[in-house]
Amino acid sequence: MPMEGARERWVRTGGIELCVAELGDESRPTVLLVHGYPDSKEVWSQVAARLADRFHVVLYDVRGHGRSTAPAPLRGGFTLEKLTDDFLAVADAVSPDRPVHLVGHDWGSVQAWEFVTVKRTEGRIASFTSMSGPSLDHFGHWIKQRMTRPTPRRVGQLLGQGAKSWYVYALHTPALPELAWRGPLGKRWPKILQRVEKIATGDYPTSSLPTDAAHGTWLYRDNVRARLRRPRPDAYAHAPVQLITPTGDAFLSERLYDDLERWAPQLTRRTMPAKHWVPRTRPDQLAAWIAEFVTTHEDPAAKAPATAPRGTYAERFGGQLVLVTGAGSGIGRATAFAFAEAGARVVAVDRDGESALRTAEMARLIGAPEAWAETVDVSDEQAMEKLAEKVAGEYGVVDVLVNNAGIGLSGSFFDTTSEDWKRVLDVNLWGVIHGCRVFGKQMADRGQGGHIVNTASAAAFQPSRLLPAYGASKAAVLMLSECLRAELAGQGIGVTAICPGIVNTNITATARFAGVGEEEQKRRQKQASRLYGLRNYPPEKVADAILRAVVRNQAVVPVTPEARGAHLLSRLTPKALRALARLTPPS
Amino acid sequence: MASAVKSELTAELRGFREVQRLSYECAEAVAAQLKPGVTEREAARMQREWLRERGVRDWFHLPFAWFGDRTAFVNFRIPLQFFPTNRRLEPGMPFILDMAPVHKGYTADIGYSGCLGLNPVHDKLLADLKDHRELILREVRERRTLREIYEDVDRLMVRQGYANRHRAYPFGVIAHKIDRVKERRWSPTLFGFGTQSLKGLASDAVHGHRDGWSPLWSPYKFSDHPPRPGLWAVEPHLGFRGTGAKFEEILVVTDSRDPGQSAFWLDDDLPHVRRWAEGL
Repeated sequence: MPMEGARERWVRTGGIELCVAELGDESRPTVLLVHGYPDSKEVWSQVAARLADRFHVVLYDVRGHGRSTAPAPLRGGFTLEKLTDDFLAVADAVSPDRPVHLVGHDWGSVQAWEFVTVKRTEGRIASFTSMSGPSLDHFGHWIKQRMTRPTPRRVGQLLGQGAKSWYVYALHTPALPELAWRGPLGKRWPKILQRVEKIATGDYPTSSLPTDAAHGTWLYRDNVRARLRRPRPDAYAHAPVQLITPTGDAFLSERLYDDLERWAPQLTRRTMPAKHWVPRTRPDQLAAWIAEFVTTHEDPAAKAPATAPRGTYAERFGGQLVLVTGAGSGIGRATAFAFAEAGARVVAVDRDGESALRTAEMARLIGAPEAWAETVDVSDEQAMEKLAEKVAGEYGVVDVLVNNAGIGLSGSFFDTTSEDWKRVLDVNLWGVIHGCRVFGKQMADRGQGGHIVNTASAAAFQPSRLLPAYGASKAAVLMLSECLRAELAGQGIGVTAICPGIVNTNITATARFAGVGEEEQKRRQKQASRLYGLRNYPPEKVADAILRAVVRNQAVVPVTPEARGAHLLSRLTPKALRALARLTPPS
Repeated sequence: MASAVKSELTAELRGFREVQRLSYECAEAVAAQLKPGVTEREAARMQREWLRERGVRDWFHLPFAWFGDRTAFVNFRIPLQFFPTNRRLEPGMPFILDMAPVHKGYTADIGYSGCLGLNPVHDKLLADLKDHRELILREVRERRTLREIYEDVDRLMVRQGYANRHRAYPFGVIAHKIDRVKERRWSPTLFGFGTQSLKGLASDAVHGHRDGWSPLWSPYKFSDHPPRPGLWAVEPHLGFRGTGAKFEEILVVTDSRDPGQSAFWLDDDLPHVRRWAEGL
């Protein structure tokens, strides 16, 4: 069954026929997608559709897979040399005079590493995006290096990857894998993928799966042992490489790519929290990263700008859409800046439009490819819904949502009027609820993961006679985050509650003190600001904790030492915290 | 009486203005020679030598030079970290030259921010310093207490999205008094500060302590007094994620009742002011 809107043609090479599908305008740069095992080119259908409006997208069934014919005999017919012949034949047919941009997943990437590191393809490849498929030669060197000098860490890495490679050993048994694939395994595979890898069923896997998988075993048998035993010493990439590493890959350890810079000098790293089959589970993000990389390297003279964000956070957040509420000041602003520095696109939301504008302006200066300011009061449900509509329509689905906006309120319970309660709960709790509802829903509907960060407080677990309303609102945020985390875990959406503690922001300058006159109000605000200033814990550190929490998908993150201490005490000796709660500071 | 005081002051002020101009000339001359690979120590030495050649023998403090994220005092914990290091200048890096020479008995203390090549963040910081210069002058003329002005500058920085980096200076000062210094044949320095100037500062501190003022303009209680007549070297220092920028120049405070005369910047023809005037 041909893919929707695809033009098909057949390419003859070395006695077999390859089924090639093309989408998009042929005058555009050619992006060549190579599938893995046990797949056929249809694994790329969603990514191809997203790239087709900008590029000339080409897919082909690897020999023996899908509708391409299989070599006879199978043994010896799947060597990397022959696969390179196939690639060159396809590339010459679809883009005779311009180099192509290679994209490979799983075994497609393993092959493509061969293509991009052998001499005879030089000048035919403009760039290579690799996901979940290391070069067998690099892998061989990786093993050798760890075997010859086995430090405990290296042995650990070897054992870790050794355990993840169980299926490779299994595929080397004669005949049995074929029997399994053509029999029960082939039948159950879609169900297994759905359950273990969370891949929605539909047009994938195709009906050719049992044959694909049976033929594909020869990919392993023809290459793995030979290459791992004698890895090529000259497997250097002659094109820029983008490495996309899914951090939840059950088959490949992240450590495999540790010394990749040695083999691929022009390396761009990306990470995403996902499992192995990213072309099915994260097509939006993949298409965005591929498009960006291809565009950057389309002109061989153009180099990546020197100011391009680098580092772990840039690998993870580059190009992602991040929305921060309360981004006009304090922790929200610092968080927006930290994401901007990592190369994320930032939506800065604040009820004070001017400060939101300022945040967006500065965010663009320090590395955000795009940044927008939105003036919205998070406690206003309709305004939030309108914002969500606008963001989804104009900027896209939010990848990371930071519900940070909050206000302070201090004072005895009996001095706290119902008006005070309403205000605090409206912003601190309802603001978070609205944010999670409207943006969380978009994330869940898209089904490609994401992350929600809610700013709670150390007051969520540290009771205090001074903060009944504020503490209650923040405790609610904490529990809301925990519950939401449980609900969204199955959809690849992480939820984090951040509990900063005493941080030097202007929350003290806008906080209300219940039950005191205007004059006293001002005095106490000033006093609190001074105290927080003396503590002088910078919001930038909280922002850093937020980014780290998203990368690690942490559930509850107390930030300042006192917040961490209180969090520990709340679990070890809650009585001590209760005693602290009764203290009244001198005023 | 008032006019007599004024004319007497102008003669003295001319001396201060001259040495401040000389310092900025030095900063511009050294900045023009900075190229990739130059270290902070070399830049500091270049300033020292340039000024020595032009007759400077004593210092309020020896020249400093900060490159890269050291312009924002990232991870500064002890005052020794202010001293020039072997950090090398790279293209796009911001830098700050800070020097306080004593020339013919007059002291200047200046700060010059620049960057090697293009750095939009640095440009933005420099442009935003303009508001601080205006704010400080306005509030000094209003005779607000130094502590209040300090806090207002702080608030403006927060609104702009910047961190207050003058807080890292000794006593967290945004400014300090400077004065004439007796010329001696031998003028030793102590931790980079000229002993003569330190002596002046210390005697001011002692007198001030008795009368309820301080020669240090800080966020603390001892600065909770209206501006004291004299010459103040004002140095607001902005920091933004590893990029820092400051200016430092002399603010003249007098006891005149005319607001325009009660406080004014000693010189309006300085590189950063010219830069703002050109609308860069």
